[in-house]
Amino acid sequence: MKSHIEQEILHQIAGHDRSANNTAPLFDISKVNRRQFLKITGSTASLVIGMQLVPKTALAFDPYPTGAEGMPHKTVTDPQVFVAIDSDGTVTLTAHRSEMGTGSRTSVPMILADEMEADWSQVKIVQAEGDEPKYGNQDTDGSRSLRHYIQPMRQMGASVRYMLEQAAAVEWGTDASNVKATNHKVHMIGSDGNPTGESLGYGELAKVAMALDVPSFEMLSFKTDDEFRYLGKGEIPIVDLHDITTGKARYGADYTTEGMKFAVVARPPVVGASVKSFDSSETLKIPGVENVVEIAGSMPPAKFAPLGGIAVVANNTWAAIKGREALKVEWSESLHDAYNTTAFAEQMRATAKKPGKVMRSVGDPDGAFASAKKVIAHEYYQPHMQHAQMEPLVAVADYKEGKLDIWAPVQSPYGARTDVAKALGLKPEQVTVNVSLLGGGFGRKSKCDYVIEAAIVSKEIGAPVKLQWTREDDIKHGFYHTTSVERLEAAIDDNNKVIGWRHRSVSPTIFSTFMPDPGFTSDLEAGMGLVDTPIGVENMSIESGEAKSHTRIGWFRAVSNIPRAWGVQSFIAELAHELGRDPKEMLLELIGPDRKIDPVAADMKDLWNYGEPYEEFPNDTSRLRGVIELAAEKAGWGKTLPEGEALGIAAHRSFVTYVASVVKVKTASDGSISIPEVHTAVDCGFCVNPERVASQMEGAAVMGMTVAMYSGINYENGAVTNSNFHDYPVARISEYPKKVHTHIVEHPFSVHATGIGEPGVPPFAPALANAIFAASGNRLRDLPFGESVG
Amino acid sequence: MAISFKVNGIEQSFDGDPTMPVLWYVRDVLNLHGTKFGCGTGQCGACTVHIDGSATRGCLLSVDAVAGKEITTIEGLDSEGNHPVQKAWRAMNVPQCGYCQSGQIMSAAAFLSSTPKPTDDQIDQSMAGNICRCGCYQRIHEAVAMAATDTTEG
Ligand code: FES
Ligand code: FES
Repeated sequence: MKSHIEQEILHQIAGHDRSANNTAPLFDISKVNRRQFLKITGSTASLVIGMQLVPKTALAFDPYPTGAEGMPHKTVTDPQVFVAIDSDGTVTLTAHRSEMGTGSRTSVPMILADEMEADWSQVKIVQAEGDEPKYGNQDTDGSRSLRHYIQPMRQMGASVRYMLEQAAAVEWGTDASNVKATNHKVHMIGSDGNPTGESLGYGELAKVAMALDVPSFEMLSFKTDDEFRYLGKGEIPIVDLHDITTGKARYGADYTTEGMKFAVVARPPVVGASVKSFDSSETLKIPGVENVVEIAGSMPPAKFAPLGGIAVVANNTWAAIKGREALKVEWSESLHDAYNTTAFAEQMRATAKKPGKVMRSVGDPDGAFASAKKVIAHEYYQPHMQHAQMEPLVAVADYKEGKLDIWAPVQSPYGARTDVAKALGLKPEQVTVNVSLLGGGFGRKSKCDYVIEAAIVSKEIGAPVKLQWTREDDIKHGFYHTTSVERLEAAIDDNNKVIGWRHRSVSPTIFSTFMPDPGFTSDLEAGMGLVDTPIGVENMSIESGEAKSHTRIGWFRAVSNIPRAWGVQSFIAELAHELGRDPKEMLLELIGPDRKIDPVAADMKDLWNYGEPYEEFPNDTSRLRGVIELAAEKAGWGKTLPEGEALGIAAHRSFVTYVASVVKVKTASDGSISIPEVHTAVDCGFCVNPERVASQMEGAAVMGMTVAMYSGINYENGAVTNSNFHDYPVARISEYPKKVHTHIVEHPFSVHATGIGEPGVPPFAPALANAIFAASGNRLRDLPFGESVG
Repeated sequence: MAISFKVNGIEQSFDGDPTMPVLWYVRDVLNLHGTKFGCGTGQCGACTVHIDGSATRGCLLSVDAVAGKEITTIEGLDSEGNHPVQKAWRAMNVPQCGYCQSGQIMSAAAFLSSTPKPTDDQIDQSMAGNICRCGCYQRIHEAVAMAATDTTEG
């Protein structure tokens, strides 16, 4: 069992320390009252109709539990909260998750619209402010939006459809079984079972329908898969498409209010350092600069508290930036002044060679290695990385008479609200967090230090302020993806069979940001491709080596899955090579026979499983095999390629979604490489929006390319040495994989839908490295490849 | 002394800091927020505007350098938002988060007006100054090619 403190931190990471006082569990069918009286209130006077309500069809889906139950504030299924219908028929749906590029602001409300038979062209989306008691969990992280909200959205859609049908039945003085809602209208059904031609629009029915009691789950009928109008089709463009292409879409920095000031902050170069002294005399001479404000620092573990520093406040951003350049600050010493990532990597490698803390043991690993004919062992390194989301951090804060209004791009608006309230000594009721579009997030925008900074400055200067981070600020003062060394060892017997497997992971833990550094990877991080590995070798030892953190470690898109897939999937291709095997066959053989891995038998009792109930979202190796075979087949695996071209394969389950990538590499005569095509196969259960799944897979390939080729945050003397895109490059259009083909495994609704924001990233770098090796014989074990290729 | 120029066809004059980059001028002074800040160092293209029709990084160009010139931002590219590039962007469902897209569209529009029939390599070279961290490059490439067909045919 996890300790109390670990549980606490899991909640912190999952969405802050909020008390999870919440509504009844999802789909509480124990409280169903089959005989229900319809109360129609409002201007139509009170009339009460007694009516036997019988579900019209059998349930089209069986509700299943999800990890949403373990999230703060769980889910809300009250359509009155999410749906409004105007008399002109406009349906306004509330998007309560943050939009950062995955399309969730479109796809999640679309589920509700489909189930309620709304015509999408008459649907408007509004963005919820941060209010989890009202909307349920809003922490847009962990590829959870669809996984956790597909059922509540369907339930609310079916509820509204039911209410509209009831309202029409009342209007026509008939039984609800004689009416049917289709595409924004309720139709009367004649005795022959066909529509009579008489219909009422949703707008006409809205007032009466929305005043009805919300039916319980058991009273609802659901559409069957073949009745879906939008789900699974991929024909609905994202709701912000027009605004984005015309410059009207509003991101964090695009808010202004009367009298608003502009600020940038000088922050300590080393985590844990603080302002010793400062001189702002030159700063205050810059035209436009009005003020400087000191922001108190924080000692690690500081969670999401600001680093501290000096804010320069001006009447435009440029003046604030110039004012900061003129500022002289002396910083105190820090515990982490000696952090140097080159030295630290060597330390991690040394640790990885020694026995670690055993997190999972199967069979007799020591015996297998002792009896092996040979042992193959390699280490795979991954540096720190920074999100480099296109929109640098920014927040607008307006503190006035005990009331604080925030406009910001935040992944966790309620988390930001509670954290900001706490930092300013306010109650959450005094704080409003309005959510803009996010110009990318990738995990950085779930940490609200930048919002707290803006709030502190606004309160201090008594005026609204837009606090802008520059690109340099983003790169130097982030919450960094952890660095790691993954050591893989295989024991090989006389028949060239792998009889023993050891995976030792050494990497500072995210938990060091929340508690005194435990020094070892956590169960949560180990659940991302370490202990939950699908590898089915008879004797296995999964271990973690000690590594202390010297910076703020945070989560980055796909989190620990990146280094784990990097190590495991590269190593398998290396084994294949050394044993003279085909890499795909080797991969399938090591995964072993199709099975739902039994976590108890496999010594994975504390398996995190992304917070999902294991019975509902098991680690099913047949689905992993499925994506491997699909990607391989589409890529033409096994066919002879022209000289200088080769394929590499890798597959990984993360966030309960299965992805395999086959990357094709072409080497030019000068040794440089290009990537003519990538085939990505994805199994995300029932697929709500295939078009956005494809766009996520295309994007993940580009981000995977950056991870493989360019990303590396380096420290010297405790400070990040990178600063902007010249020394922290990301893939450009000239380097991107030319064509990413996405192949989606088709499933009915009964195969639980899972998320797609993150799972595309982990397999890409190892698939690319394996392709480079196959094309050139150059085996790369350290990320990023940088100069080591072409 | 005030500096005068046109922004999206409207005469403007500015008597503030002449070294202020056009990016911050259009955003903070004119409240035209379509032009984005990405790096401030000319490396990402999020701030791309047209100066007398050529794509230029607004974060590096100070207002005193545009005296007498015509600045076009994404808001002024087409009054209806129906420039062939904008239409192609929508047809291809290019954006993910969308933050880089004003700059991408402004770069593509200027490029196509000087190179109406680009090759694949020319598209990639001309768009290489615009970063998309979400990785929409495949669709950006296809949308530029599509817009090229639209411009040459139309
Ligand atoms: S903000 Fe101007 S190029 Fe990046
Ligand atoms: S769409 Fe997000 S950066 Fe390009």
